[in-house]
Amino acid sequence: MHIYLPIAEMSVNIFLILGMGAGVGMLSGIFGVGGGFLMTPLLMFLGVPAPVAVGTGANQIIASSVSGVLAHWRRGNVDIAMGLVLLLGGFFGSTLGVFIFKWLQSQGQIDLVIRLSYVVFLGIIGGLMMLESVRSFVRTWRPKGGPRRKLHQHNWMHGLPFKMRFRKSKLYISILMPISIGFFVGILTAILGVGGGFVMVPAMIYLLGMPTNVVVGTSLFQIIFVSANATLFQATLNQTVDVVLALLLLLGGVVGAQFGTKLGAKLRGEQVRVLLAILVLAVCFKIVFDLVIPPDDFYSIHPMDATGGIE
Amino acid sequence: MKRGQSTLLALATGFAAAMAVASPVRATEPLIADVDHHLVAVTAGFTGTELLVFGSVQGAGEVVIVVHGPKEEIAVRRKDRVAGIWINQESVSFEGVPAFYHVATTAFGPIDLPGSALRRHQIGVDNLRFRTVEAEAGPGSVLFAQAVVRNKINIGHYSAQFGRVERRGGRLFRSAILIPANVPVGTYTIETLLVQNGQVVGAQTTPLFVNKEGFGAQVFRMAHLHALLYGIAAILIAALAGFVANWVFRKL
Repeated sequence: MHIYLPIAEMSVNIFLILGMGAGVGMLSGIFGVGGGFLMTPLLMFLGVPAPVAVGTGANQIIASSVSGVLAHWRRGNVDIAMGLVLLLGGFFGSTLGVFIFKWLQSQGQIDLVIRLSYVVFLGIIGGLMMLESVRSFVRTWRPKGGPRRKLHQHNWMHGLPFKMRFRKSKLYISILMPISIGFFVGILTAILGVGGGFVMVPAMIYLLGMPTNVVVGTSLFQIIFVSANATLFQATLNQTVDVVLALLLLLGGVVGAQFGTKLGAKLRGEQVRVLLAILVLAVCFKIVFDLVIPPDDFYSIHPMDATGGIE
Repeated sequence: MKRGQSTLLALATGFAAAMAVASPVRATEPLIADVDHHLVAVTAGFTGTELLVFGSVQGAGEVVIVVHGPKEEIAVRRKDRVAGIWINQESVSFEGVPAFYHVATTAFGPIDLPGSALRRHQIGVDNLRFRTVEAEAGPGSVLFAQAVVRNKINIGHYSAQFGRVERRGGRLFRSAILIPANVPVGTYTIETLLVQNGQVVGAQTTPLFVNKEGFGAQVFRMAHLHALLYGIAAILIAALAGFVANWVFRKL
């Protein structure tokens, strides 16, 4: 059964899209990641134009973040103050990102930039995950121990001005750092169609020194608003948000995520992480491969009339 | 769509028969042509359709049918290898490019017309006229123009070979024109020509409208005409879906 995607302007098999949503949802349930960084490249492999894959990705992330943040909210794992400060940066970052996106689109380079950025990010994430799981395999052979760590290390960051107290995170730090992190991840959300949790979470732990229990909830909380901002700007400036595609994806996604969470509880952590690392690296190599092999036709055509014949 | 098509088909056959009977009276008219339906509705489940162009001719000669889609502006970009990867580099824009183009004829060999007439009526992909947007076109723009045709053929919007027009009982002719699923929307013209002894002795132009209809079209219009509302709606729908998903699975 085929359905016509009105913004992507292509006909797709409805079960393929539902299955893809379920598959990525399952992975995000198992690994506890947003899945945007897998969904967007998969849509591009299907032939969805890269800008539409990105715009729609941002839209779909709102749903999965809302669903996720509610669970964390009930457990009291959301630091609203920190979330709002991150969000401040995120708003500016994602808005700037959409304008960069529009400019690249007019230059005919948006596809390339999206693909290259994915290569860099998937390469780094996949590589780090692989390294981390190999290290933890090695660690299981060694006895544990060592001196007890401090709550967090003090460094140059603590000398910055505009300090603010974050009770839930047990931090007293300058707001410049979280604003910069939010800003950077906001740009990623706009250009790559990802929530950015995979960058945000490590940055919150290692750069800000936040306690791990509030990190995921707080990250999800601010991703909702940043991806909403990106969706709004993508829709108004670039017309690249396909609601029909987003709905199909999240329908499959929520079901898949539920099964994934149950399955993830049964699997062993390190093995699972190696599998995800392999998957991420495989997607990365596929994008590199597509960029390196000579295209079928060196010339490509791009209709300039974006309205597609409506008055 | 299906029901409308069959009634139109019945009407069309009747119409053709009526014309065949009437033609001796209208002896001055060398060519009469029409299409079975003037509106193609691209709906959510649209998988392409077939149009029937039909009519009658006086005397001998070859029938040529030229279908032109709406004119559009197209940017052609050439990829070059930079540091191992293929990157869009040079770009040439053309205007007046028909979004869809198809030719069908009764002639089995080449059409018996001088080159000037073929170019005037734009018969054959080599005779399509499009202008570069940039004032002075470089000598390389020919390659870019060829790329337009090649890419259009690949996506099924142009046909490389002429389609068939069948003659029926001497005077009647008919031709099935395949409209693909990814057909561009807009106003089309179907030009039917009668060629005798190296010149065009009769011509008739019929309009054809290809419109997006149904839910998908509304979404598309909304996204382009009321982009802000569309964006807000997209956000609310996704947020609501998140709430519903969380609620449903908490109950399970």
